[in-house]
Amino acid sequence: MDTIFSALVSILFHGLAFAMVLYIVSVGLSLTMGLMGFVNLAHGAFAMVGGYVAVTLMNSLAVPFGFALLAAFLLTGLISAILERTLYTRLYGAAELEQVLFTIGLIFMASAAMRKLFGPIALPVHLPAMLEGQLSLGFRTVPMYRAFLIGFGFILILALWLGIERTRFGARLRAAVDNRRMAESIGIDTSLLFTLTFALGSGLAALGGGLGADILAIYPGYATEYLVYFLMVVAVGGLGSIRGPFVAALLLGIGDNACKYLVPEFGAFFLYVAMIAVLMWRPNGLFGRV
Amino acid sequence: MADPIATAMRQHRPRVLEALPWLAAIGGYHVFADQLPFGSQILITILFALSLDLVLGFAGIVTLGHAACYGAGAYAAGIYAVHISHEPLSGLLVGAAAGAAFGALSGLVVLRTKGLTQLMLTLAFATLLAEAANKASFITGGNDGLQGIEIDPILGLFRFDMFGRTGYVYCLIVLFCLWLMLRVLLASSWGQSLVGIRENVGRMRAIGAPVNARLLTAYTIGAAMAGVAGALLAQTTQFVGQSVLGFERSGEIVIMLVFGGIGRLYGAFIGVTLYMLAQDQLAKDDPIYWNFWIGLILVLTVLFARGGILGLIARLRGPKVWRS
Repeated sequence: MDTIFSALVSILFHGLAFAMVLYIVSVGLSLTMGLMGFVNLAHGAFAMVGGYVAVTLMNSLAVPFGFALLAAFLLTGLISAILERTLYTRLYGAAELEQVLFTIGLIFMASAAMRKLFGPIALPVHLPAMLEGQLSLGFRTVPMYRAFLIGFGFILILALWLGIERTRFGARLRAAVDNRRMAESIGIDTSLLFTLTFALGSGLAALGGGLGADILAIYPGYATEYLVYFLMVVAVGGLGSIRGPFVAALLLGIGDNACKYLVPEFGAFFLYVAMIAVLMWRPNGLFGRV
Repeated sequence: MADPIATAMRQHRPRVLEALPWLAAIGGYHVFADQLPFGSQILITILFALSLDLVLGFAGIVTLGHAACYGAGAYAAGIYAVHISHEPLSGLLVGAAAGAAFGALSGLVVLRTKGLTQLMLTLAFATLLAEAANKASFITGGNDGLQGIEIDPILGLFRFDMFGRTGYVYCLIVLFCLWLMLRVLLASSWGQSLVGIRENVGRMRAIGAPVNARLLTAYTIGAAMAGVAGALLAQTTQFVGQSVLGFERSGEIVIMLVFGGIGRLYGAFIGVTLYMLAQDQLAKDDPIYWNFWIGLILVLTVLFARGGILGLIARLRGPKVWRS
């Protein structure tokens, strides 16, 4: 009985930490896809770049953890804003295939650049001392860093929710997702809104890349290897939603850990079959608009 | 407005230029006699890209999992050769059946959706199959790949030689037959309705075209063709590795097709040949730069040269050039 309980706690705990990383990386993708209808497969590349920036700053320049993450967020957000203004904007309203190809091209370039700069092997992650070790929960101990991830994730999600639900920017964003033409006709500058949202989403992805470097290893294959996970969160959660991807990330994170723990041989099968089933039941995702 | 049927007939009349790829392939056999195994690879990949052109270019189904059909064909033909029979032609049929079965089953699910969900589902089915091939190592060889494939002489007459001569001619003939089939299919009313569906689903539904059935048949035929390409690969190289099922393979074939020109039937020939020749020359020295340049060219193609090489040529020559 004790071992079952212990396994359950372990699955939930690690699953929750993984879900936080998935959510932080993917939520921006859901927003930009819902807002602009742009199939941005390169979203994972922004997470990868962010991961590289954060980890390199910590490893080589001994920048404190928090500042390294902030730098990753800002730098990647800036890069993505420039890309959005110069290139992405030309492909709004283009065929899906063209957006897919364009962003696959970006992935290739980003991966090659990272490989050239940092080599093919995953970067080692040196966590700050206060986040290493174990945290005691009374009845058992859990890795400190995972606990931190979960706590940080919840704070971030709360901030995001408040930002979307309670600020003027959030109201504009929701209006534009709901009905872009109507939003434009009442004077919302959707073009600027797109850029800001895109930068915010990419910045969050970068943050997720840096935060999750311990779980999703930072290496040049990052953008393709984990792409399925990010797309899964968005497709299952539903486009343009804040809540949907969170539920999807929870399901995926905990489901993935449970499968790996309980049926290590066939874990991926259950996951994919479950996803296919969900998408057959609700093609627009759990919280997607029809 | 001219008579639409006459226009369509004129569009699909055989042209002299269409002999070009075949003359080049025959010429290649004589000029590059020491490179024939590589030549076979190109022919096989052209067939694979051609099958994708039907699905993506003509039917307009965006798939990131087409390698699954190719891999299914390769594994099926390989396993058939190892455990059942060394006969090559029946092996091709097995490959086609495996591809078609996978295409039809996944198509039933995939084609019910569109947009991101569809993309995601093609990816998910491909990953599922790759995972299955990895886990079923007792029959697929798992990570080590499927080895020990032996193939009898074709029709009992033409033995596969170590220079790849038989393999090359074999691939060329299969490619030609399937290309001919596809060309006839696309010129038929079936093919025209497919293009109609790609251009405007709503109107095709309104005039009573069986949209879902058309898409599923196209998807299944494309999958069967990819299966044959995979079977050819298994038979000529006598090996099936796990990479045949990978996401990279699916992505790469889309890229080759796009470089050549999508939905034009000949984009596969030009795109695959140029890509593989360039890769053979450049990627050996520095695969990192290769990936970077491919990415850059892809981005530039999308931004400035939609329609690929054939699209550029068509634009230069004006409206005369045949395109679907």
